[in-house]
Amino acid sequence: MSERCPVPLLWPRMAHSARRDSPELPDFSLLKRLARDQLVYLLEQLPGKKDLFIEADLMSPLDRIANVSTLKEHEVDKLYKVEYKPITSTSDQLCFLIRPRIKTVKWICDVANADKATGKFRRYKIIFTPQKFYACEAVLEEQGIFGDVTTDEWAFYLLPLDDDIISLELPEFFRDNFLAGDQRWVRTAGSALHLLHSLYGPFSKVYGIGRCSKMAYESWREQVAEGEQRTRQAEIGRVFLIDRDVDFVTPLCSQVVYEGLVDDIFRIKCGCVEFGPDVTSDKSVKVMLNSQDKVFNEIRNEHFSNVFGFLSQKARNLQTAYDKRRGMDIKQMKTFVSEELKGLKQEHRLLSLHIGASESIMKKKTKQDFQELLKTEHSLLEGFEIRECISFIEEHINRQVSMIQSLRLLCLLSITENGLMPKDYRSLKAQYLQSYGVDHLLTFANLRHLGLLVEQQPGETLTVMESKVGKLVNDKTAGKLTDAFSSLARKSNFRALSRRLNLVPKSGEEYDLRVPRDMAYIFSGAYVPLSCKLIEQVLERDGWTGLEEVTKLLNGNEFAVTGSNGADSKAKNDAQRIILVMFLGGCTFSEISALRFLGREKGYKFIVVATAITNSSRLLESLLDNHV
Amino acid sequence: MMKSKADEEDYWNSSKFKAFTFDDEDDEFSRLKESKQAVNSIRRLVEEDDDEDDVEKVSWSGEPVGSKTSLFKTNPDDLSVRLYAPELRKPKSEYKDYVSDWSPEETIQRMQQGKAFSLEKFRSLQDKLLLLDFAVSAHDGNVITAVLIYLKRTLGKEVLFRELESRQTALRHLIQYLTETRDQRLLLELLRSLCRTGPCTTGREHLSITDENKRRDFLKSCLSLPFSPEDSAHVQDHFTLLERQIIIEATDRQAERGGKVEIFQKFPRRASILNMPLVTTLYYCCFYHYTEPEGTYSSSLNIRQTFKISEKQYFVTALAARAKLKAWSDVDALFTSRNWLGFTRKKSPLSFQRVVDILQKNSAPTQVLQDYVALVDDAELRISLAQKHKCHDIVINTYRDLKDRQLLLGYRGKVERGSAEERKIDELLNNPRRRWK
Repeated sequence: MSERCPVPLLWPRMAHSARRDSPELPDFSLLKRLARDQLVYLLEQLPGKKDLFIEADLMSPLDRIANVSTLKEHEVDKLYKVEYKPITSTSDQLCFLIRPRIKTVKWICDVANADKATGKFRRYKIIFTPQKFYACEAVLEEQGIFGDVTTDEWAFYLLPLDDDIISLELPEFFRDNFLAGDQRWVRTAGSALHLLHSLYGPFSKVYGIGRCSKMAYESWREQVAEGEQRTRQAEIGRVFLIDRDVDFVTPLCSQVVYEGLVDDIFRIKCGCVEFGPDVTSDKSVKVMLNSQDKVFNEIRNEHFSNVFGFLSQKARNLQTAYDKRRGMDIKQMKTFVSEELKGLKQEHRLLSLHIGASESIMKKKTKQDFQELLKTEHSLLEGFEIRECISFIEEHINRQVSMIQSLRLLCLLSITENGLMPKDYRSLKAQYLQSYGVDHLLTFANLRHLGLLVEQQPGETLTVMESKVGKLVNDKTAGKLTDAFSSLARKSNFRALSRRLNLVPKSGEEYDLRVPRDMAYIFSGAYVPLSCKLIEQVLERDGWTGLEEVTKLLNGNEFAVTGSNGADSKAKNDAQRIILVMFLGGCTFSEISALRFLGREKGYKFIVVATAITNSSRLLESLLDNHV
Repeated sequence: MMKSKADEEDYWNSSKFKAFTFDDEDDEFSRLKESKQAVNSIRRLVEEDDDEDDVEKVSWSGEPVGSKTSLFKTNPDDLSVRLYAPELRKPKSEYKDYVSDWSPEETIQRMQQGKAFSLEKFRSLQDKLLLLDFAVSAHDGNVITAVLIYLKRTLGKEVLFRELESRQTALRHLIQYLTETRDQRLLLELLRSLCRTGPCTTGREHLSITDENKRRDFLKSCLSLPFSPEDSAHVQDHFTLLERQIIIEATDRQAERGGKVEIFQKFPRRASILNMPLVTTLYYCCFYHYTEPEGTYSSSLNIRQTFKISEKQYFVTALAARAKLKAWSDVDALFTSRNWLGFTRKKSPLSFQRVVDILQKNSAPTQVLQDYVALVDDAELRISLAQKHKCHDIVINTYRDLKDRQLLLGYRGKVERGSAEERKIDELLNNPRRRWK
């Protein structure tokens, strides 16, 4: 689809050992075409003029698939955002494009019932995407609307955000699956995998870790068995599935690689960011951030400390290019204007945008003592000067500095320390509730449930208690109690994992961020992301052999399965080096940068499929309960 | 009724369990109608599958067509009574289901694939639970919830709750479903039956109450709930706080409207204090009611006492509030402690670096800032803070104490020409009696 950019300026200097023979990525624009065709087909199912109501969080994804004129071509008259209010549309045909959520379906029922009450006749059609749920239909039935509306499914599972990033755009996946224990999206994940398999497979090897990954894998296998098999040349050879709860440390760390930092500060939404006047020194602009943006493409994976230098070098080059005009004759000038000037102007625009963004980032970060914050994070990762870290967090809370920021540090403290000491837990929790409100009792309950913020349970006491209880009551109840205890005491085991996988390099060693030697560069050399380290290890070993201790620390649920065409994999060597990594519950830009680095080192190409792009704020915000 | 786990497993493997017994005709008839309705409605939702087998092609728009009629149709030549009406010879108990003979397992599979199905025929508790267990083992939340909706409709609450207790996955799906449909009543009943009255349920209920008086009453009723001792203390505090806020809000609103209290005129309140966190309330009281005697509800000292606010927390909040008001004497007083000889000295539970930070964020002037910058112990840190906040005197004095002529000379270039600071530097530099490193 897109031409790959020529050898990027920075890479040779970043990693000398990088292999240059990386295979080409498959063309994912096909996914967009498929989704568009299907949507058009669905719209044609309701002939004639109609108004289209779109769920708010579907607007951006829809925009990447079909623009307004495509919709108009298929007789969509007016577009509305779903706002859960009575509607003003006068059309006699209403079409609703929504996620399968009970709240939205209830609202549609209210609309239809209000029409009924006033004797207004309209036709209604609900298009659920990516699929419908029985619970939604049950609402239609309960509200007496079943039969008055037609329903359809738009199987829009995958949105390519970039050449190597595909998103399911389902941020609720994380909370539903990991916090509520609701498996509604498991089959969706399986279907997404199935779609990729039938377009770019057959996969020859699937690895994974995590309960949800295992279930999604099984769901995919079932769907493969249900459908017919076609043999084709595989474009994607290997797949790695990973649950977000396998590694919570990585998404909780402050991001310092450019793309991640931009996401932390400005929030990238569906591959697009809005830069305000503080960046543009003019009015706000929306900018697509992907490999098409040549300037961005070269700095996105860079540690922020390198970005300024790079941008100023780039600005000098641009000046030189502009200066070429001097001394040109008419003919040369004509060629210059027709061939180069447009490109230069484009580059100029992008350059000034990213310089503006970097300045704004610098300003914001100096204001909030970013250095000290990073120092605390690194101490936590290293397990060093924990008392100082605790008082830093305490001061944060006392001063009512960002509620999410304080929570993030608390969680990081808990995971890295395998729970807080009871005294600390109580005191920090009490102070947190005093500063940010008692409503956060719910937040604490949620975080405890997920194992993100827990009180240390002395291991011995637990076993003694269990055996005592076990003697008193029958086996079944005892088993249940054990479950209850173990879920409370879910260990993060971060230290042991960190030692075994060498995640935290020894402090004191110099780390040249301009010449990264490993994936730790994405966290200033302080920490190799656990998720990416696992991927590296499993690919290297072609399975989990030798990682038994590690998987035990991660609560198991690992798997590695060879597909039917695994044997003749040598013939399709290129496809074997294209690896699809699916993050169930979200993935951060830092992790994507780390995988890109790993790919360059080892001659792989990674494709990241995520249920959503996440970061520490999104992750924690989804666990708050005060939005009810 | 209840079977042990092992029995159940045997049972799954050995039979498909198709036969159903209906004791009286009425029942059967109404059942047929029910199924018919259910299936009819499903046909409308589910897209036609062209690769379905014969049974599914049966049209339900006309007469019900089941296995008996198809049997008849396949033998059109043989008109013997035996084959003409085979069902008459069968005992009633052998009647096949009219809808289909799909086992629970097959039904779950069909549901997953979005094909037509009917749950109405699963009437015994055992069947319902089989259905649920197959749904759970298929890991499809959509189907699990669909089965639960059916069970919720057709089973008594007590039975449903009892069975869910040993089925955690299904239980969590039901909790999520009830939360989403906002069926608070049933949700609370369910959680009470599981002894799970924790923050989850009560909290959600609480948040939906907007009127502060009702909220207070609700909180009061919560106090008796079985929270953990720790959480129950938080809930108690929350209640006391809200009570307090209601009183303060009423008084202050009146004072503000009356227009006679100067501080409310000078700094009109931006929002009501109701439902704000404790620290925000403390800040508010430090801002508007700082000088009140400890006996009043709105006094900051009273708040500190009642809620056992830590010294550090109180200090940080009072500092920020008084600095915002530019009440520098109050700020100064916060630090002043007297020892037993009556000497005063400045003490702080917070590092002076932080103090400076807080003051600076509240736009304190340089004269105020430098008093506190001077108290920073670490010389290097003190200099960098002093430079940042342009407290020239401190920089100059520190360099003087360090006897570093070079640095002082360098700093001369950074102060304004002809200023008092420049003169001070010159004096130091030109003083022949001064010794330098």
